[in-house]
Amino acid sequence: MLEIGFFYTAATVALVATVMAMTRANAIHALIYLIVSLLAVAVIFFLIGAPFAAALEIVIYAGAIMVLFVFVIMMLNLGEKGDKQERQWLQPSIWAGPAVLSAVLLIELVMVISQTSGPVSVTAVSAKEVGLALFGPYVLAVEIASMLLLAGLVGSFHLGRRYLERDNLEKQGGQ
Amino acid sequence: MSELMPVILALTILIGGVAGAAVLTWFERRLLGVWQDRYGPNRLGPFGIGQVAADMIKLLFKDDWVPPFADRLVFIFAPTAIVVAMMMGFAVVPFAPGMMIIDVNIGLLFFLGMTSLAVYSVLLGGLASNNKYALLGGLRSAAQMVSYEVFMGLSLIGVVMMSGSFSLVDIVEAQTDVWFCFSQILGLFVFIIAGIAESHRLPFDLPEAEHELTAGFHTEYGGMKFAMFMLGEYLGLMLISCMIVTLFFGGWHGPILIGDWLPPFFWFSSKVFVVICFFVLLRAAIPRPRYDQLMSLGWKVMLPITLINILVTGAVLLWMEGMA
Repeated sequence: MLEIGFFYTAATVALVATVMAMTRANAIHALIYLIVSLLAVAVIFFLIGAPFAAALEIVIYAGAIMVLFVFVIMMLNLGEKGDKQERQWLQPSIWAGPAVLSAVLLIELVMVISQTSGPVSVTAVSAKEVGLALFGPYVLAVEIASMLLLAGLVGSFHLGRRYLERDNLEKQGGQ
Repeated sequence: MSELMPVILALTILIGGVAGAAVLTWFERRLLGVWQDRYGPNRLGPFGIGQVAADMIKLLFKDDWVPPFADRLVFIFAPTAIVVAMMMGFAVVPFAPGMMIIDVNIGLLFFLGMTSLAVYSVLLGGLASNNKYALLGGLRSAAQMVSYEVFMGLSLIGVVMMSGSFSLVDIVEAQTDVWFCFSQILGLFVFIIAGIAESHRLPFDLPEAEHELTAGFHTEYGGMKFAMFMLGEYLGLMLISCMIVTLFFGGWHGPILIGDWLPPFFWFSSKVFVVICFFVLLRAAIPRPRYDQLMSLGWKVMLPITLINILVTGAVLLWMEGMA
C-alpha cells in the first residue's frame, strides 16, 4: 500500500512539473521543472522494479543532457526579450486547439487503461540482466546506436575543425 | 535497533556533515599553513579552533541579500541543490558492516547520479546572478564537470568488473584480501583527478578562479547562501574521500599485513582522514592549470587511460576465468 502511495505521489509530481515546464515563459525555470519531472520519473522507475533504469535516468537525462540544455540557454543569454516573446507564443488561441485534441486522447487512454485488469506485477530487473539483454538479443540495436553516436562525433569534429582552419587562414592573411 | 539504525545514521550524517565541513575549513587552512611554512588561523582558542565559530557567526549574521538584477527564485534555489545532492550521496556510503543508511544494488550509480546533480548548483548560481564573471564561471564549471563525469564513471568500470556488482557493500567485501588500489591503479588515478574536478577544488577550481573571474559563479553570493556553497564543496570533498576509500582502499577493512583487529569504523574514518589530508596537500602543492589545458588533459589523457584500463581489466578477468 505504501508503495502505491509513493507511486501516485511521484506521478503527481511528474505531471505537475511537466505542465509547469510547458507553461513557464522563462526558459531556465521551465528547464528546472523539466529536471524535477525527470527525477520523479526516475523514482517511478525505481518503484516499478527497474533500479538500473532509474539510475541511468538521473545520471544521463537529469545529470548530463539537461546540463547541456542549460548550457545552451546560458550561451544564448536571452533575458527579458526571450521571456516576452515566449509569453506572446503562449496565447490561449495558440494552445487551445492542441489542448482539446490531446484531452480527447487522454480520455481515451484512461478508458483503455481502466479496462486492462489489475496492476502489473512488479519484478525487479537487476543491472546484470539489463547488460545481458543489451549484449544478447539486442546487440544489433546497441551496435547501430554506437554507429549513430560515432557519426555525430565525426560530424561535430568536422564542423569544429573547419572553424579552426578558417581562423588560422584569417590569421595568416592578416600577417 | 536495526530498524532505527538508518534514521539515527541519517541524523548523525546531517549534523556531523555540517559540523565536519565547518571544522574542515579551519583544519584545511592550518594544514595549508604547515605545508606552506606559515601559521594559518591560530589566534582564537586552542590552536585557533575558535576561528570556526567566528567564521560561522560572521556568515550567518550577514545581511542575506539578493541582488535586484538577479533571477530571485533560481538565485535562492542554486546553493541548496549542491548541499542536498551531496548529503544524499552519503546515503549509500558503507561506514562499517551494517552501518549504512541503505544498501541498494545500484549504490555506485546512485553516487554518480547525485554528483552529477550537484552541477546544477554551480550552473544555475552562475546564470541567476546575471553577472558576466558569474556566467563565465558557470559555463566553465558546466563544461568541466560534464566532461570529468564521463571519466569518473568510466574509471569505476574496472572496480565494478572485478567485484561483479554496483552495490558498495559487495565492492568492499570483494576487497577483503587485496584492495583494488593495486589492481585498479589507473582507475584510482583517474578517479582522484576526476573527483577533484567534480568538487571543483584547487588545483581545478577554474569555475571560481579568483585571479581572472573575481569569485566565479558565487561572485554575487554572500552570507548564508555563500556558506551553503562552501558547505556543499566541503561535503563533496568528504564524499569523494569516502568513495575513494570504499572503492579502492578496502572500505572498513584493515590494512593487509595488520589485519582487522581494530573496529571497522576506525579503519574507515582514519583512511578517509588520510585521503582528505592528501587532497589538502594537492591544493598546497600544485598550481592551477589553464582552462584549455584542463579540458585537453581530460579528453586526451584521462579518456584513453580509462579505456585502456577497462580493456586490460576485462582481458585479464577473462584470461583468469579461462585458467580456472
